[in-house]
Amino acid sequence: MSETVEREVGRARYRKEDAHLITGQTNWTDNISVTGLLHLAILRSPMAHARIDRVDVSAALERPGVIAAFSGRDVAQEMGSLPCAWPVAEGTVVPDHPPIAVDEVRHAGDPVAVVVARDRYTAADALEAIEVDYTPLPAALDIEGALADGAPLVHSDKGTNRCYDYRTSDGDYAAAKAKADIVLTRRYHQQRLIPTAMEPRAVVVTPLAASGDFTLYSSTQVPHVLRVLLAVTTGIPENKIRVVAPDVGGGFGSKLQVYGEEVITLMLAKRLGRPLKWTETRSEANVATHHGRSQVQDIEIAARSDGTLLGLKVSLLADMGAYLMLLSPGIPILGASMYPAIYKMGAYEFSCTGVFTNRTPIDAYRGAGRPEATYAIERIMDDLAAEIGMDPVDLRRHNWIRHDEFPYTTIAGLTYDSGNYEAATDKALALFDYDKLRAEQADRVEHADTVRLGIGVSTYTEMCGLAPSRWLGEMNYAAGGWEAANIRVLPTGKVEIITGTSPHGQGHVTSWSQIAADVLGVPFDDIEVMHGDTVLASHGLDTYGSRSLVVGGVAVHEAARKVVDKARKVAAHLLEANEADLDFKDGAFTVKGSPEATKTIQEVAFATFSSHDLPDGMEPSINAEHVLDPDTFSFPHGTHLCAVEVDTETGAVHIRSYVCVDDVGKVINPMIVEGQLHGGIAQGIAQALYEEAVYDEEGNLVTGTLADYLVPGAPDLPEFVTDRTETPATSNPLGVKGVGEAGTIASTPAVVNAVVDALRPFGVQDIRMPCTPERVWQAVRSGKEASA
Amino acid sequence: MTHISVKVDGTTYEDDVEPRLLLIHYLRDRLGLTGTPIGCDTSNCGTCTVELDGTAVKSCTVLAVQADGSEVTTVQGLAHDGEWTALQRTFHERHALQCGYCTPGMIMAARDLLREHPHPTPDEVRHGLEGNICRCTGYQNIVRAVLDASEEEVTA
Ligand code: FES
Ligand code: FES
Repeated sequence: MSETVEREVGRARYRKEDAHLITGQTNWTDNISVTGLLHLAILRSPMAHARIDRVDVSAALERPGVIAAFSGRDVAQEMGSLPCAWPVAEGTVVPDHPPIAVDEVRHAGDPVAVVVARDRYTAADALEAIEVDYTPLPAALDIEGALADGAPLVHSDKGTNRCYDYRTSDGDYAAAKAKADIVLTRRYHQQRLIPTAMEPRAVVVTPLAASGDFTLYSSTQVPHVLRVLLAVTTGIPENKIRVVAPDVGGGFGSKLQVYGEEVITLMLAKRLGRPLKWTETRSEANVATHHGRSQVQDIEIAARSDGTLLGLKVSLLADMGAYLMLLSPGIPILGASMYPAIYKMGAYEFSCTGVFTNRTPIDAYRGAGRPEATYAIERIMDDLAAEIGMDPVDLRRHNWIRHDEFPYTTIAGLTYDSGNYEAATDKALALFDYDKLRAEQADRVEHADTVRLGIGVSTYTEMCGLAPSRWLGEMNYAAGGWEAANIRVLPTGKVEIITGTSPHGQGHVTSWSQIAADVLGVPFDDIEVMHGDTVLASHGLDTYGSRSLVVGGVAVHEAARKVVDKARKVAAHLLEANEADLDFKDGAFTVKGSPEATKTIQEVAFATFSSHDLPDGMEPSINAEHVLDPDTFSFPHGTHLCAVEVDTETGAVHIRSYVCVDDVGKVINPMIVEGQLHGGIAQGIAQALYEEAVYDEEGNLVTGTLADYLVPGAPDLPEFVTDRTETPATSNPLGVKGVGEAGTIASTPAVVNAVVDALRPFGVQDIRMPCTPERVWQAVRSGKEASA
Repeated sequence: MTHISVKVDGTTYEDDVEPRLLLIHYLRDRLGLTGTPIGCDTSNCGTCTVELDGTAVKSCTVLAVQADGSEVTTVQGLAHDGEWTALQRTFHERHALQCGYCTPGMIMAARDLLREHPHPTPDEVRHGLEGNICRCTGYQNIVRAVLDASEEEVTA
C-alpha cells in the first residue's frame, strides 16, 4: 500500500452524488423523453392461475391515440423465454417463462396483453377495452401445500411443483445427534417481502432503425448483465444494444433482474420503429416486481448441556413463486454455507427443496439467502440458551471462533480470513448497558408488569463480495463474479474512473474517488466516476450482494496502482533516473536524495499526452484497466442488540434501544458505512415487525399497494446507536469487507429474539414474523392458557 | 380541456389541460419539471410532495386544474444562484439521502414541518414526516438534517 493511504480513505467525505439529487436535476428513467415517444401499458392477470381462452385487443385498437396492442401469442414467436441463470442442482426444473403469458397465467399480475399509445393516460385507459376470457384453474398457494399429493400444478407440463432438491453436508450429523444431551427442533417462517424500492421500475427504448441499434434505459442494478441477456433473449446482437442505468431510485435486489417488461419494450420498439417507454405503477410493482424471502425453515441443533454445539441440520422449503427469475433457485443456496455462522461445530447437514407456487416470483432481496440463514441460527441459539438456562450471549461466546483462530474453515466449508467477535460483542454490550437492562427485565417479571422488557442479540457474519467466478461455477451459476475498473488520466491531470459496478444509492462515486485519490495522490475533487452505461463501461458485472466495494472498489485500487506503475516508468525517463530510485508520495515522483528532482503525476500525464519524449517503445498512455476476480469472499460481522418493550395487554412492541457494533473491515467512508447500516437495519426491523406480502385464498395479493403493505415510516423506527471495530480483511489489498446487507441480516433476529425474550415467562417460544400486535397478543394469550 | 394559469418555481405557465390530469403529471410531462418523482398511486409515499401556495401537498392527489391561479414550488425552485437552502445543505451534510428518490418530497415536507414547528423535537420531526417514505436511510439522518436546519434558522 502507498504511504498516502490515510489521506482520503477513512474520511467522512460528503457525497459527490448529492448535488443533482438535492436540487432535482435528476435523470430517473421515467424522466427521459424523446421526440415521438410512445407509452406502453400492460394488462395483468387478475387471477392466480387460469387458462387463457381468448385475448381480443381489437376494441383497444379502435381507441383514438392507441398505436398498437398485442397479446402474448402475438409476440411469442419473436421472444424467447426469460432467462434463469442459476439452476443450482442437477435436474432443476426450468419452466418456460414467456414475457407475456400465452396459454396460461400463473400468478396475479402475470402480463397478458400490452397496449402502445401516444400518452400514458390513453395507454392505461385502453387496457380496459381488451377482452380476455379465462378459465380459472386451481392454484397452489402455499409452500407446503404445493408439495402435497394432488396439489394443483403451477406448470402442468412439468408434472411437479418441485423445482429442485439440493443437499450438502459435512461431518456425521447422526453421530453428533447421538452424542448430544439436548436436541432442539424448530420451524421458522420467512414471510414473503416486497422489496419496495421507492422508484418503481421504468424502461425507455430508443431505436435507430437504419443501423439496427437500440439504446435501452432501465432503472436496473445490472446494465451489463441485462445487455447480455437481452441479446440472448431477443436475438438482437449484443453489440447493437446499449444499456444505460441512469439515476436509479433504490434496488435492494429487486432491480437485479432481467424482466419481461424490459424485453417487451425492446421488442415492441423494434417492431414499431418508435421510441417506447414503460413506467410501472406502485400497484404493478407490488405484484410484478419480484418478491423476497418466503421459506419454511426446519432447523435442528444438537448440543451438550454445557452449551457446546455438536451439529446442525437445516432443511428448507423455498418458494420460487410461479416462474424462475434470473437467480431464484440460487437464493436459498447462498444461505446454505451461512447457517453455521460464527460457531464451531462438528457436523452440518443442509437440504433445500425449491417449490413452485402460483404467486409472484421470488428472487434476491437485500441479503438474499443470508438473512434467512442468520435468522434461523440466531433464533435457535436463543432457544437453546433458554432451554439450558444459559445467557444467550454466553452461549455464543462459548461456541464462536476466537479471534486468534483465524483463518478458520467452518463446517460449511468457508474459510473466514479474519474477524474478532469478542471485540465487537464486548463493545456492543457496553454501549447497550446489557447488565442493567437484564436487571430491569427481571424486575418487571418480578412485579408482573404488564409491559415486559425483552433483550435480543444477534452475532452475525455474512459472506460479501459475491465473486469468485470459480466458486460460482461450482455452484452451477452461469456467469462469473469479477469486476472491472478503468482509470483514465486526462492530459490536464484530471482523472476519470469508469467502474463496472452500477450504484443506486450506495455512494460509489464518492468512495471510488477516495480510493483512487490516495493511490494516485491526486485531489479528491479532481476525480470523476462514471458508471451505468455499457458504452462507457465496456464490461462489468454490476451491483448486488454487497460486492461493489470488495470487488469493484478493489479493482479501482488495483487499476490505480497500475497507473502509478506506468507513470513511474515515464517519470524515471524524464528525470533520467532508475525507477527503483524514485519515491512516490502525494502524487509526485522524487529521486531519492534529490528532493528538487521531481515530476508530479499531472506532469507525467501531460508528457504522455504530448508524447514527445517517452521511454523507447512505450505506449503513450498511463491509463489502466484492472479486472478483478477475487479468490474468496469477505466476511464482515458484528453484534446487534435490541431492547423492546412489549405491552402484554395490547401486543404492541416498542423498540426501546438498538445498538450495533459492526466490523466491516477497513472503512473507506464512515458516513456512508453508517448510512448503509441505518437503511439495512430499518429493512430488517421491517421484516421483524411490519412487512408481509399477504395473499387471500384466491391468490390475490391483499397487500397490493403502499396503503396495505406497511413500509415503516419515520415514527415507526428508533434511533440506532452504531459503532464499529475494524479488523481488516486479509484477502484484499484494501482490507475491506462490504456493508450493504449487514444491517438487514443482523437486525431481524435481534428484534424477534427480543420480542420472544420478553414473552418467555409466558411460555412463548416463537412468534411468526412480522410480530404484529395481534400475533404478539395471541402468543401471550395462548402462552398464558398453556401454563394455566 | 380547461385553461389554467399557474406559476411554478417563479415562471407563469398558461395551458389547456384535461380536467383529470394530475398536478404531478402536469409538472413532469407538460412542464418537463422532472425533479419531483412519483413513488406510488395511492398517496402514501410522499415522493411527489410540492408546495401549493406555501403549503406542502402530495401533487399526485391534486389535479392540475386545482392549481389554477396558484403558485407551486418544487425542489427545482429552491436553490437560488447556486445557493442551496438550509435543508438542502443539511441533507447533504448529514448524509440524509442515498438513492435520492424520496429526497425532493422529504425536503418539501420538512420545509412545511419547520414552518409549523420551527424548533421541533426529534419525535416531532419523525411524526411530521410520517407521510413520506424513505426506503434507503432508515430516517435517522433525515431527522438529524431537519434538526440541524431548524438550529440554523435560530442562528441565521
Ligand atoms: S406519488 Fe404522491 S404520494 Fe406517492
Ligand atoms: S434515499 Fe432512497 S428512498 Fe430515500
